[in-house]
Amino acid sequence: MTRKLTGAVSAFALLLSAASPVLAQDTTPIKLGVLEDQSGDFALATIGKVHAIQLAAEEINAAGGIDGRPLELVEYDTQSDNTRFQEFMRRVLQRDKVDAVFAGFSSASREAYRPIVNQFDGLAFYNNQYEGGVCDANMIVTGAVPEQQFSTLLPYMIEKFGPNVYTIAADYNFGQISAEWVRKIVEENGGKMVGEEFIPLGVSQFSQTIQNIQGAKPDFVVTLLVGTAQASYYEQAGAANVNLPMASSVNVGQGYEHKRFKAPSLKDMYVTVNYIEELDTPASKEFVEKFHAKFPNEPYINQEASNSYAAVYLYKQLVERAKSTDLAEIRKVIAAGDVCVEGPGGQMCIDPKSQHVSHTIHLAHVTADHSIEFPQKWDGIKPYWLGDAGCDLTKDDPSAQYTPSNPPPKS
Amino acid sequence: MVDSLNLVFSFLYQFGDAFAFLVLSACGLAVIFGMMGVINLAHGEFIMCGAYVSTRAAHAGVPMPLAILLGAACAGIAGMIVELLVIRRLYQRPLDTIVATWGISMIVTQGMLILLGPSMQGVGTPFGSFVVGGYSYSVYRIILMLSAVATLAVLWLMFTRTRFGLLSRATIQVPHVAEALGVNTNLVYSVTFGLGAALAGLAGGLYAPTMTLVPTMGASFMVEAFVTVVVGGADIFLGTAPAALILAVIKAGLTSWQGQLAGQIGLLIAVIIVIRILPRGISGKILRERG
Repeated sequence: MTRKLTGAVSAFALLLSAASPVLAQDTTPIKLGVLEDQSGDFALATIGKVHAIQLAAEEINAAGGIDGRPLELVEYDTQSDNTRFQEFMRRVLQRDKVDAVFAGFSSASREAYRPIVNQFDGLAFYNNQYEGGVCDANMIVTGAVPEQQFSTLLPYMIEKFGPNVYTIAADYNFGQISAEWVRKIVEENGGKMVGEEFIPLGVSQFSQTIQNIQGAKPDFVVTLLVGTAQASYYEQAGAANVNLPMASSVNVGQGYEHKRFKAPSLKDMYVTVNYIEELDTPASKEFVEKFHAKFPNEPYINQEASNSYAAVYLYKQLVERAKSTDLAEIRKVIAAGDVCVEGPGGQMCIDPKSQHVSHTIHLAHVTADHSIEFPQKWDGIKPYWLGDAGCDLTKDDPSAQYTPSNPPPKS
Repeated sequence: MVDSLNLVFSFLYQFGDAFAFLVLSACGLAVIFGMMGVINLAHGEFIMCGAYVSTRAAHAGVPMPLAILLGAACAGIAGMIVELLVIRRLYQRPLDTIVATWGISMIVTQGMLILLGPSMQGVGTPFGSFVVGGYSYSVYRIILMLSAVATLAVLWLMFTRTRFGLLSRATIQVPHVAEALGVNTNLVYSVTFGLGAALAGLAGGLYAPTMTLVPTMGASFMVEAFVTVVVGGADIFLGTAPAALILAVIKAGLTSWQGQLAGQIGLLIAVIIVIRILPRGISGKILRERG
């Protein structure tokens, strides 16, 4: 009898020990793919994003990781080249088998890699402000979108400077769709478009454009210029003494033009950002301090660095609450609608319908000596347009990009 | 009457601006291609070198014109070093020089990004602005136009009136005879390549105050430079200058009519047409008729 009992106990012990790897805490690393442009035309605005992700990963690992699992970064330099995004997106999802990917600066590169994320049913974070409209369950967008940036900025500009608006925009999907948003919101607020020009990427000479703008006599100019070549506009417009207020969703917050150009070429530029390093709040100061402690030579901590940093913490919360890196489990947590983190610029909450993020929007005004003042801020601005227009990722996943003139089909 | 005069002035200004950009960005490329047959894909990086050196010098307190010349000189020296180390070994292999200079271009761009960071603060455009008929214009742009014309004039004098010009033309026409007559052809090649690089550096220095200073800035000159050289052909005076004149009219006209996109498309269509009917460019046509 005793012998039998011992046998049973030892059998049970054996069973227990065999099962223990499952019961004990999983300590295999969580792999995060980082596909950002560390060289090429966009590197200036995106190297800070990589550093921000490294900073967040270091902090999280020092504090015990995500649910006890360390965070491991798998980084590739996408070289500001859309085909590199496709190549490396396949590589991180297929070969490196990462759990999530943080990828992309330009909208062209996002649209280049998005079908691949769909194909492998991966999870990608796009930590960049953009033209909005991506309704895709495989994507979480932490950057600000036009309804957050323009519905705050343009009414302010029209009231302050007058109704006549001239847009110059980079000639690709970002610029074209953003310009469409500007048209829509200017019209809704009683303004009038007096001109619009699309500039091919890489163009650096603006004499004629400057003259066209002067001829149309706008009250302010909306500049949606992208890349380092196009940024030459400000210097040239300043030299020609155009002297018109400017409004933008991309400048200052990404390419820190106010630091790179000699004052006063960016005088009276107004930008709506969800973060820039000049922001004078305790959270922002703490972030800048931590950033400079790790990267003392960082030229500027821009909006997308802040979004990337906060996105790592959003992902941490998602995985910890889902107790898994499985996309379906993570999306169940998102559907609860209360996933929020305190980012360096303010609170950021994921909207379950669009998987975009709400932001505190700060209006940044560049003064004559290129210092920044913040005349206004708007708390908790939601990325409402996709949800209102009919995108609901909790119900179905069209994996498409919509615009005001091409909204989701009404069901 | 006043209105139409204003219109004429604005067109002349835009034409001059396009002309200056085409001439200055193409000169260096044209000298190296025309005299040596080397297609220099590192042209943009010599431009960047000139821009960076002149801006650094200007920040250090060197007067602007001197700083620009210093930028050109440094680009020229860099060019002679590249010629000595790489190009000289590839004179019999013109296709390989394309690959080699392309490689140099990538190494330099990425090296600068790593060494000096993603950007550098500019010095600001000097001289302010002036107003004609409701439009305000930058004075510095007029300086750029004058610089383009002056550059062409100086090159003309250099190639027709100096001993270096004579020796270099001899070397280019029949290298082995020139060598037999005692010309140090290696030196001529080296100086010519250096001259081309210095001209690129000059363009960089001149445009530095008006542009974003980043390691990839040379790329925004490349389309215009190559278009001008392809349309112009191998001779800088019979080719580059008239090509820049024609292309400037096309670009300024189309840009004022339909915007930047039309201007860019116009340039590229012009190249396609020229390649089809004048495969050796404008100067090839003129030289053949003359010969």
